[in-house]
Amino acid sequence: MSIGLAHLNCRELVELVTAYLEGDLSSGERKRFDAHLSACDGCTTYVEQMRRTIELTGTLRVDDVSPEAEEALRHAFREWKAH
Amino acid sequence: MELIRSLNPSLLRVARMFVPTAALAEDVVQETWVAVLNGIDRFEGRSSLKTWIFRILTNTAKTRGERERRSVPFSSLDTEQGGFEPAVERSRFTGSGHWAVLPRAWPEDRLLAKETLSVLERAIERLPPSQRAVVTLRDVEGWTADEVRNALELSETNQRVLLHRGRAKVRRALEQYLSEEA
Repeated sequence: MSIGLAHLNCRELVELVTAYLEGDLSSGERKRFDAHLSACDGCTTYVEQMRRTIELTGTLRVDDVSPEAEEALRHAFREWKAH
Repeated sequence: MELIRSLNPSLLRVARMFVPTAALAEDVVQETWVAVLNGIDRFEGRSSLKTWIFRILTNTAKTRGERERRSVPFSSLDTEQGGFEPAVERSRFTGSGHWAVLPRAWPEDRLLAKETLSVLERAIERLPPSQRAVVTLRDVEGWTADEVRNALELSETNQRVLLHRGRAKVRRALEQYLSEEA
């Protein structure tokens, strides 16, 4: 993904948000992205909304299995198998 | 048993992406538990048990999906056919590409309300299958980009494009909902 322009406009920036959040932009692209953000309230709000969207989506998740629960699970499997 | 019950909703959600019906997804999950049981002695702990179980699940589901000849062809993306899908409606920008209508900060109290979560869930359900699969695995199940690429056999770019388009639509659904009666 490359941006040929010295300056990003808002319409271009919103298409780079995922690459930005994934850490997939080159350092030059990232600098231009951050420079735009520091001067643009609309895009700052947009990126913030995207972060909140991702966070909120994560709350639909079933909790990860803790290491203790994982050990208990492995143990239970072995027991179950032994019968 | 409690632990199995706690993993089941996630397993079903992931299985459902590879097979055409909910009943088949349940079969796949059953088959997965049997395979887990048979293979537990070979589990060496190089990955977490959960990751290992999901790997068995995706393999089982893919085999089953192919057998049913109805597996979702993730590699033939809905991206290529659809052409470019802007993340934000064109009408939100001026001719020079600046915001014509600025996005407004979301009210925190409403964002955390139960109804907002169901709006979010419905928005994910309405996504095209491959976008839904990537958003679900990445953002709901918390998989890494590489885990998703391997499970769905996607290139790096395609994984990111699907994630980008899916997330953008979910954000739009939230924006629309939160801008209704303040």
